[in-house]
Amino acid sequence: MFNTALTWSDLAFLAQGAAMTLAVTAVSVTAGTLLGILFGVIRVQASTYWSVPLTFVLDVFRSVPLLIQLVLANAFQSIAKLGWGPFTTSCVVLSLYTAAYCTEIVRGGISSVPATTRRASRSLGMTWWQDMRYIVAPLATRVSLPSWIGLTLGVMKDSALVLWLGLIELLRASQILVTRLQEPLFILLICGAIYFLISFPIARLGGYLEKRWSPND
Amino acid sequence: MIEIENVRKSFGTLEVLKGIDLTVKKGEVVTVIGGSGSGKSTLLTCINGLEPIDSGRIKIDGTEVHAKSTDLNKLRSKVGIVFQQWNAFPHLTVLENVMLAPRKVLGLSKQAAEEVAVKQLTHVGLGEKLSVYPNRMSGGQQQRMAIARALAMSPEYMLFDEVTSALDPQLVGEVLDTLRMLASEGMTMICVTHEMKFAREVSDRVAFFHKGVMAEIAPPEALFGAPKDPELQKFLAATH
Repeated sequence: MFNTALTWSDLAFLAQGAAMTLAVTAVSVTAGTLLGILFGVIRVQASTYWSVPLTFVLDVFRSVPLLIQLVLANAFQSIAKLGWGPFTTSCVVLSLYTAAYCTEIVRGGISSVPATTRRASRSLGMTWWQDMRYIVAPLATRVSLPSWIGLTLGVMKDSALVLWLGLIELLRASQILVTRLQEPLFILLICGAIYFLISFPIARLGGYLEKRWSPND
Repeated sequence: MIEIENVRKSFGTLEVLKGIDLTVKKGEVVTVIGGSGSGKSTLLTCINGLEPIDSGRIKIDGTEVHAKSTDLNKLRSKVGIVFQQWNAFPHLTVLENVMLAPRKVLGLSKQAAEEVAVKQLTHVGLGEKLSVYPNRMSGGQQQRMAIARALAMSPEYMLFDEVTSALDPQLVGEVLDTLRMLASEGMTMICVTHEMKFAREVSDRVAFFHKGVMAEIAPPEALFGAPKDPELQKFLAATH
């Protein structure tokens, strides 16, 4: 049925691209989530004096298209002579982009824990930190998980934009093969399938955790 | 001993406590009655240091609750409080709900905390429910769990803030029975309640709050039998 010029080494080339997509996503989602948790707690806890400027900056990261952020950041790092390679620049931009969204997810999760529940834990003599660690974090995680999974999958697909900085990730690798082999539909089909293979376990992990936690609530 | 001296407290422009004086001795059971908005629940949250006060003093065994140098977390393990809403931790089993604070605040080992928790849960009649999640229990059972959770810290004082108000009528009895049991065991308690019959039975003294003022305080026979304050007379006529 198929008469394709695609070779095993081309597939290996795609796999390398997929590895790059995974690497950028893993670094950005990890760093972005950690920052998001930090900023989210600050958003809930800090006085308006601190939280208003923070919110404004995060809103900028959420509103400006990612592509523009990438191009501007790349230009900036070169003007400022930071010497960042495309991988570092991509990860920094995507991390901040992820953090901006994650902050709101975390804030929403923390706010979903009733004030009366937190008052009860504090009334037992638990410190602010203990209340956060043993009561708020587990309850907020349950509420935030679906949005966080959505964010992670979104960032993974958005990470394709880093090709503009010259990184050969999955989409760019496919483009290169399309240009050479002139079989766009077949190659994009494979490319899409690989994206799906990466996303599916993450989505299922979310479903699994939700199910595991649901009988308790 | 809990000593409350001339405590004042406002929420914005609304003064909810207008100079309250009250001393509760070890082993005494004081119930506080009064209409809603009379400041009685606010007083309890102030005793526990959950709410700041504007002026006056609250001392527990000589320690001033609202002094800057007071370790509130340490103090709170000595003064248990149970609220109208039972506030179960929904992600933990009944046993884990009760074990958490003894482990983390008192630093008990897992085994010791479990021993304490099982003892207190059995005490309030929930010995069969250890591995159940709170949402699988009735309101009355959850409220008894909240009482066991506070008792597991081995408090010397217990504050009860309208603990039966959010319960279905048929579940009120089991929770009041638990409070009666604690009172008979000699626990020092301040109970804010709307259950007049209960107040009459268990109290050493009953305090009537009206618009942020403690209008009358007396042993139950005197307060219910021969109320002096006109507002109290009206209140009792309306609740009977």
